Amino acid sequence: MKVIQKYLGLIFALLVVIALAVYPLIDGKPATREVIFTVLRAIALASSLNIILGYTGYVSFGHIVYYGLGGYVGFYLITQQNWSLWPSMLVGGLSAGILAFLIGSAILRLRGAYFALATIGVNEAVRAFISNFDLFGGPTGLTMNFKVYKDYGGALEALEMVFYIMIGLTIAVVVISYLVKTSKFGLGLMAIRENEDAAEVIGVVAPRAKTWAYVISAIFPGIIGVLFFFKNGNVEPHLAFPLHSSIEFIVMVMLGGQGTVLGPIFGAAVYQRLRGMLLTSPIFGDIQLTVAGVILLLIILFAPAGVIGWIRKRYPVTRRFLQ
Amino acid sequence: MVNMIIASLIDGLLLGFVYGVAAMGLTLIFGVMDVINLSHGPIIALGMFGMYLIYNAVGLNPYLIILLVAIMGLLMGIVIYLIAVQRVINAPHLSSLLATFAVNMIIIGIGTAIFTTSPRNVEFSLGSVQIGPVTLLGTRVAAALIAMVVTAGLYLFLYRTRPGKYIRAVTNNRSAAELVGVPSDRILALSFGLGSMLAALSGALIATFFPFTILSGGAYELKSFVIAVLGGLGNPVGALFGGLILGVLEGIIPAFMEASWVPVIEFGLFVMILLFRPKGLFGAER
Repeated sequence: MKVIQKYLGLIFALLVVIALAVYPLIDGKPATREVIFTVLRAIALASSLNIILGYTGYVSFGHIVYYGLGGYVGFYLITQQNWSLWPSMLVGGLSAGILAFLIGSAILRLRGAYFALATIGVNEAVRAFISNFDLFGGPTGLTMNFKVYKDYGGALEALEMVFYIMIGLTIAVVVISYLVKTSKFGLGLMAIRENEDAAEVIGVVAPRAKTWAYVISAIFPGIIGVLFFFKNGNVEPHLAFPLHSSIEFIVMVMLGGQGTVLGPIFGAAVYQRLRGMLLTSPIFGDIQLTVAGVILLLIILFAPAGVIGWIRKRYPVTRRFLQ
Repeated sequence: MVNMIIASLIDGLLLGFVYGVAAMGLTLIFGVMDVINLSHGPIIALGMFGMYLIYNAVGLNPYLIILLVAIMGLLMGIVIYLIAVQRVINAPHLSSLLATFAVNMIIIGIGTAIFTTSPRNVEFSLGSVQIGPVTLLGTRVAAALIAMVVTAGLYLFLYRTRPGKYIRAVTNNRSAAELVGVPSDRILALSFGLGSMLAALSGALIATFFPFTILSGGAYELKSFVIAVLGGLGNPVGALFGGLILGVLEGIIPAFMEASWVPVIEFGLFVMILLFRPKGLFGAER
């Protein structure tokens, strides 16, 4: 009983994810599964971003670069080197992590707006570089021969498998997000967020902690990139590095509540569903971007802690299970 | 070869002045209130469409239309400040970044619904001048001249008029400026308006010689970031020089390698400068 109480926050967050994941199995329609796939992907990416954005307080505007780069590396291994999906995902994640380590060691010295600008610059530089990189197909990218799916029992089976892997990855990200938040390492990160100089004075080795937080937040986007482009069947520079969706993930984190485990899950699920509904609605279809913008603006101006943050503040009793 | 380089160098310089004006708007706002204005791109695009719509509807001389566009840019900036920025001016950076990005989404959403994303251009030409091996397009020369006048005007405004001096006082130290009686809130609104005015103005100038869509502003916004950092964030005069450097790079790089490498070099340079010379190439002066 005590164990359950201790991990109530994690259990609650996992229950939400599992409920989402099980829904298409009950429903049985492949279309529902596709919708839930994008929701799970958004949850995993937003939760990853939350580690550097919410816990550490560094606004990474170009976080999609790790998703794109990992995806490119993995996709290259699958299509050009005939690797199978698993090792490709591993290498995709690792290469995203290594890139994050190298870039993070350099740009995490910058603070505030300078850091945000540098992340935009990194994303655009990598995107422009990949567009010129012949090994990765240059501006047209790479395409996969659909015969590859045969190794996994056919296209339908491969798609189903991708969905189960996505569930596993999402759960892994949520667990890691929780572990980071409740660990001493996470406490150091939050100290950095509140006041970096003071954190250093009390013994947090800020450069090291920041860099590792950045690396952790980059590895899973890299893995998910491989999985997504494997499912997608092709990869192009503008698909892999859309600056716009970097910002969408920030919106999800903010909507749910930055710095909480549940916030990105809630924010990603709600934002994805809302976007889908707006896109298909006859009235708002054309101006879905405007509606999303208005919602974002209202949150920033009136509830900057996000929905989960607001509930936690308003009803302290919920803090036990809303981590 | 040499002739081609000279020609593209001059072309790049002319464009650089116009880019510089857009970047001055961005850097002015950052200097005064530490806000990176992510609605910069859409305002540039609105400047382009302002030029396009008024020119097609009334047929006024484009260089008179620029005045109208500038006034609309100023008002628009003040409105954006009052609605979206004022409340988050003292909040952490993330808030103001996202608030201005929300404005970006709102404008782009409405703009795409009204104008679609099909390309437009303003049917206007001033002919061209042939000087030796170099052909100069009249519209580009005029745009560069206007950009110079605007820069000089901004400089005079900031250094010779009372509101301009207030803006510089708030840039240096807002609370100290408030103590000596500067109405800082109004000055912040004015600065945001001026920044937007410069963005709209450069958009209108670009529209006289390049085709554009409602989404074109994004590319010029990114260029403005690069330029502003080259010249030192918060330093309007540096931004003009940054614009010239970027214009020259864009003119010269295609002579040596494929044009698609231009953004790689631009953004690589951008990150390097942020890392090693965060105050910009021209020192720490604000």
